[in-house]
Amino acid sequence: MSAGASPPGGEEEAPPVRARGLVKRYKDVLAVDHIDLNVRSGDVYGFLGPNGAGKTTTLRMILGLITPTEGTAELFGRDPLRYGARALEGVAGFVEAPRFYPYMTGLKNLQMLAALDGDGAPARIDEVLDVVELAPRAKHKVGGYSHGMRQRLGIAAALLRRPRLLILDEPATGLDPAGMRDMRALIRRLADEGITVLLSSHQLPEVQELCDRVAIVDSGRVVYEGALADLRRQGGAGYRLRSTDDRRALEVALSQAGIEQASIGEHGLAFEAQEPDVGELSLALAEAGVAILALTPELATLEDLFFRLTEGAGATDAGNGAKPQAVHAR
Amino acid sequence: MSSVAAAPAARAPVRAHARRPSTLTVYRWELRKLIAQKRTYLGLALVVVLPLFFVIFQNVHQRGNHGNGGIFGAQITQSGLATPVLMLLFLSAFLLPVVAALVAGDIFANEDGNGTLKTILTRSVDRGQVFAAKSLAAITYAAIAVFLSAAVATVAGIASWGFHPVRTYSGTVVSASEALLLVFAANAVYLIPLFALVAFGVMLSATTRNSAGAVVGTIGLVILLFIVAQIPGLEGIKPYLLTEQFQNWQGLLRTPTDWAPIAHSAWVCALYGVPALIAAYLTLLRRDVAGG
Repeated sequence: MSAGASPPGGEEEAPPVRARGLVKRYKDVLAVDHIDLNVRSGDVYGFLGPNGAGKTTTLRMILGLITPTEGTAELFGRDPLRYGARALEGVAGFVEAPRFYPYMTGLKNLQMLAALDGDGAPARIDEVLDVVELAPRAKHKVGGYSHGMRQRLGIAAALLRRPRLLILDEPATGLDPAGMRDMRALIRRLADEGITVLLSSHQLPEVQELCDRVAIVDSGRVVYEGALADLRRQGGAGYRLRSTDDRRALEVALSQAGIEQASIGEHGLAFEAQEPDVGELSLALAEAGVAILALTPELATLEDLFFRLTEGAGATDAGNGAKPQAVHAR
Repeated sequence: MSSVAAAPAARAPVRAHARRPSTLTVYRWELRKLIAQKRTYLGLALVVVLPLFFVIFQNVHQRGNHGNGGIFGAQITQSGLATPVLMLLFLSAFLLPVVAALVAGDIFANEDGNGTLKTILTRSVDRGQVFAAKSLAAITYAAIAVFLSAAVATVAGIASWGFHPVRTYSGTVVSASEALLLVFAANAVYLIPLFALVAFGVMLSATTRNSAGAVVGTIGLVILLFIVAQIPGLEGIKPYLLTEQFQNWQGLLRTPTDWAPIAHSAWVCALYGVPALIAAYLTLLRRDVAGG
């Protein structure tokens, strides 16, 4: 970016996405309730939440498609409502399903969008068609495309802009398993090349596989934002232990401070504890003459944590730890 | 996409300057979108077929006087240049407004129907550019419809009855070449009220987000104003009705040229068209692009 195009305050430091206090109210319905987001350069940032949580509305506000009732959103330091199309420089993607003109061919659609992008985009059409493997169908009308083909055309249209930030809203929705796998591979590869990705998704395995940082929204509010690894650690430091005498090990564990939720299950002793307490327990077991055969930490899955955060304690049974705190780890 | 991992990737460089497209580029693509839609040709087919049908009918029945056409109706077989004037007289009141409304009412609402407004508004063009390009495209279509109709009527008329002088409303005879120029000018002047109607259609299209509603609403305005013009006691407002301006081009076909109705038409049409365009612009500028 040139200095001439830079917003006040210096663009080099501006994060790809920075939202502060975003609120969207439709009459009596509060769709988005003071959402803050911080997508850093190089992030593959997962944006998670149940249906109706306000994800798509938030993405629309970030892209300047709808006006927030309160709050601001900036892309590389530029508010789309203030900077218009200039705020979208280096930004591409789609919100909800990508939509095209059904009466034009895929190629014609891309030619039009490339013309609306300028900046040499028309010269990249063949390349992006190859990337998404739509070249053989490029001269067919979009009206005859399958859902998966339209998703791929959406990715192609986004890549035309040579984005530094890619915003994708449920890109794998409606794809068959192979299509999902390929979509993940494509996103991973783009991320590896330095493109920051903001990925809104219902596919928890997809987010777990791709994302390093996440925001989880529920009822229009962010209930967690931060590193995925931190979230999983917060979900409860669970352990499983196999020993030469599990019953004796349980007695020892119950007598140790800091060991919680200890019980014997099918695969040995399960408990929750912080790392120092686990060390103390291992020493105590040795003193009691119980040999440790295996001691393995068990982090909560994203699915466990997601349901705990968005559905409350009722869903914690599926997990192995305490309900994580709603935090904003920035 | 099974081999995407091996395919060359789009890079994400930090660029110095992103060259943004001009409004002219957006306008060109709006025209291409119109060209790609079948419905575009429905209106154009009407304005081509009707003059042809008229000329064929006149030839078959060998009618020398068209009762409804006044002085130009009386000259129908004397000069081919009477035909485009007659056609403008007949089509300007309703058919050409309907054809213009077909595209004007659809121009924004079609994007809403397809969910593509978000697609173009997340590229490197501002809403103002999109508004200008779409409004110009709707105006261009209306102008093409008018001049296409005039061209077909002129060619068919000349082919049937020759390139001869005509008598104007004032009774003065003008040469064939001057008459041809007047035919062109009359159609150009007719575009003034038609553009005002297009502006109204564009406004309905941007505000209702519904193609059928906007097209019917635009045509409905024409019908409503025709009805208002017929209501006894409302004669005072008649000169200010948009539909009354549809015939003001006839001032050109008098000798000397009667500019008064044309000037009147210009400012009355501005009263209809400019607020409609401003309303449409503000609506597009401020509206939330949701759905799709």
